Amino acid sequence: MTALTKPFRRRFLGRRRAQEAAAPEHAEAGATALEQTPVEIAPSDPLLAFLQSASEPVDLDELELDSPALDELKAAGVKLAVPLVSQGELIGVLNLGHRLSEQDYSSDDRKLLDNLAAQAAPALRVGQLVREQEAEAVTRQRYEQELEVARLIQQNFLPKELPDLPGWQIAAYYRPAREVGGDFYDVIPLPDGRTGFVVGDVTDKGVPAALVMSATRSLLRAAAQRLIEPGIVLERVNEQLCPDMPEKMFVTCLYGVLDPATGHLRFANAGHDVPYVRTADGVGELRARGMPLGLMTGMGYEEKEATLQPGDSVLLHSDGVVEAHAPDRDMFGFPRLKQTMADAPDEGDLIAFVLSELESFTGSDSEQEDDITMVSLQRSAAPGPAPVEGNGRVLAEFELPSAPGNERTAIERVERAVAELGLDTARLERLKTAVGEATMNAMEHGNEYQEDRPVSVRVLLRSDRLRVQVTDQGEAEIPDAEAPDLKAKLDGRQTPRGWGMFLIKKMVDETRVTGELGGHTLELVIRLEGGGDGSP
Amino acid sequence: MAVHELQVTVRERGGIGVIDLVGDVNGSAEAALKEGYAEAVRGGAASVALNFEAADYINSTGIALIVGLLAQARKSGIEVKAFGLSEHYREIFEITRLADFMTITNNEDGAVASAEGGQDA
Repeated sequence: MTALTKPFRRRFLGRRRAQEAAAPEHAEAGATALEQTPVEIAPSDPLLAFLQSASEPVDLDELELDSPALDELKAAGVKLAVPLVSQGELIGVLNLGHRLSEQDYSSDDRKLLDNLAAQAAPALRVGQLVREQEAEAVTRQRYEQELEVARLIQQNFLPKELPDLPGWQIAAYYRPAREVGGDFYDVIPLPDGRTGFVVGDVTDKGVPAALVMSATRSLLRAAAQRLIEPGIVLERVNEQLCPDMPEKMFVTCLYGVLDPATGHLRFANAGHDVPYVRTADGVGELRARGMPLGLMTGMGYEEKEATLQPGDSVLLHSDGVVEAHAPDRDMFGFPRLKQTMADAPDEGDLIAFVLSELESFTGSDSEQEDDITMVSLQRSAAPGPAPVEGNGRVLAEFELPSAPGNERTAIERVERAVAELGLDTARLERLKTAVGEATMNAMEHGNEYQEDRPVSVRVLLRSDRLRVQVTDQGEAEIPDAEAPDLKAKLDGRQTPRGWGMFLIKKMVDETRVTGELGGHTLELVIRLEGGGDGSP
Repeated sequence: MAVHELQVTVRERGGIGVIDLVGDVNGSAEAALKEGYAEAVRGGAASVALNFEAADYINSTGIALIVGLLAQARKSGIEVKAFGLSEHYREIFEITRLADFMTITNNEDGAVASAEGGQDA
């Protein structure tokens, strides 16, 4: 007997040299003894259509069809073909050889076979269905297991908690679709209180997307610690991802660095959905050009910046939001998201508001089509200047051309900026020396005294720390202080120079160097409480 | 804060070549400092004293110049003294260990006395 199952529909099997008697049970019993070489019946073979429509056993010898399969069956010694039809569908053929008695099949034989076929067909169909379902169940189980693995990977790499930034409401939301997509977000603590925010999306779904996502996240984290500029961070991650990226996969990603003390946000975008910013002037976009990560090496990423004032908010989001559909297939879309942002209450939970708008658009019963990810940064509206304790405040921020003597200007301006703190003379003088030396270093070693490369100086007050950040635009690393050996210098075994960084470290409580390509920052830290005992 | 290019005058007191420094002791002070030192030792003084009373800014390059001057003096067996340093710069002379290789006094009289008495103030 030959059965047809759906996956093998294109293949009809016949038996060569059927030798058994007409009785079907004999045919079954003898089947194993037969040669198993199948006869292929092409889907276009007219024999198929003939058997489908035949209402009784077909005597192949009497059949005249331009059918290769028919010729093969005849050559294999098949005499009688009994179509097995269930619910109008041909699901198998019972092929019989000549009777052992060499007599023709009688009309009783044919009737018997016909009855047998009528009963065997539904039974065979049931058997086929059971087998199909079993196969499907195995496939589905494997698929569910894969989804579970993907979900675990995704969830494992999402931040366990969000930073508590005074004066800010930071929130994040991630809900995978049933078929886990490649969405991710991350929050990266950076030196001096800045925080990196990432929202990304890996093309593809399931485990492959989850693995690429976890690799991307790790590379981003590593690069963010070493590099200051978001554009450079993305550039570096792209270079690292490209060689190992599976074909036809890539990652879109938005990376921004927020200084919570000032509201200053620097960001770069690797082809990800453009974030929205809501200010007193309305809702705008934070655009920056850049190709997705992992497509091509040598990509540059435009870097933009914005300053978030008290009351402003930013929403980073994935395409699962704007590409959600209403039951009538209308898409949520960017304009609607922008409007939602504009409609959101001032101090409320922005993400919760977007989600409720989204749900009333898609309907609560609809299955979520894609992962939905959002990260929101909301700067609390402050009635007056931000409080000094707990929050941060910029006392001064300025740039100076890299020209000899300009460190004096830096010293003077920092001195003015910190006047309100009432530092004692010794501490103030030490700070002034450190600022002068740091500025000189930046102008000389960092910027090589090129006037078009300014040195930027920022004076920050955050709780019990005064921080002065001096940033150059050079490639050269800020050298670490090697304690100068005065005796060696006096004996001519060392250059008389090389005191700058040594002095800086002696003058302040802490120093920190950050940055790589395109600029370095030397941060001078003075502890205002507990550390200020007046000695170096 | 204006930049004050270092003005150097040299005078003799009690056998010491006193070098009065007025202005900033930084990179631009190199020539003036060299000339001042040369003049101070021309008469065969056994010690020179750097007067920092009117030097209100000394940076690391200035420190390097002083190190250079001190090295030169040591080669010639000439003692170097310093006076009139603010507390802050005195601290810096200590941190850099310059204070270990030159006699530091509060004022000019102390410098002269240390030369006369042959001991540190």
